[in-house]
Amino acid sequence: MSQVKADARGPGTAVRARPMSPHLQVWRWHVTMAASIATRVSGGALYVGLLIVVGLALSLAAGPGAYTAFAGVLGSPIGLLVLFGITVANFYHLAAGVRHLAFDSGKGFLPTTANITAWLCFGFAIVAGIAVFALALMTRS
Amino acid sequence: MAQSSLRTPLSRARGLGSAHEGVGRFISERATSVALVPLTLWAVYAGVKLGQGGYAGAVGFLQSPVNAVMAALLIFVSALHMKMGMQVIIEDYIHIPNRKLPLLLLNSGLCWLAAAIGVFSVLKVALLGVGAH
Repeated sequence: MSQVKADARGPGTAVRARPMSPHLQVWRWHVTMAASIATRVSGGALYVGLLIVVGLALSLAAGPGAYTAFAGVLGSPIGLLVLFGITVANFYHLAAGVRHLAFDSGKGFLPTTANITAWLCFGFAIVAGIAVFALALMTRS
Repeated sequence: MAQSSLRTPLSRARGLGSAHEGVGRFISERATSVALVPLTLWAVYAGVKLGQGGYAGAVGFLQSPVNAVMAALLIFVSALHMKMGMQVIIEDYIHIPNRKLPLLLLNSGLCWLAAAIGVFSVLKVALLGVGAH
């Protein structure tokens, strides 16, 4: 047992010490890891997104004054930026969710497949997000 | 069976594992995910439509029964889904009970409150329309 430890530390041996445990600083960045983190982050963004949706519904129930004020905030440059982020997060979380449903059924775990589907999720989110947001901006009153 | 499991056939059939809970949570997470696929796509459509009409347009939009039901479902199912998702995040990162418990309660409270306010607002507009505020 002490022999194992000595090998791992090994200042006197030819074998270099290996990293003892996974750690953020020594992990090579890869797309499946980014996809996993982005799934969680986009979920957090959509948490705020639903609160905005509920706020909009509440202002609509409260009357024209409240609704116009709330819609005005959403239509401001900062509001539009937030809405764009939520739109992209929505499409990303949707695609990643379907990917994870495939994972849950035991499919898509081959490294090549997992890498490709991760890239597809990012691509879909950006393309669909920009397309829908452009449509919304062009058709809004 | 050479590789006999220590688990009894009944235990396997129940599928609950040693903690006797958690499978229901797992299934709820997946069930709400599947339901949210059409609901979030509808939400995108609704967002584009609401941008076109102002107050009168938004009220008219929710007066359609299909839109009212979809909006209520979107809000309710999303609230359930995000409550479970945020709970996992809190349990993953917060390990001090004195901080974890209040956050879990806050998360539950916020999600149920959002669901109640959202569904009530949608129903009020759908059933009563303009001028009943």
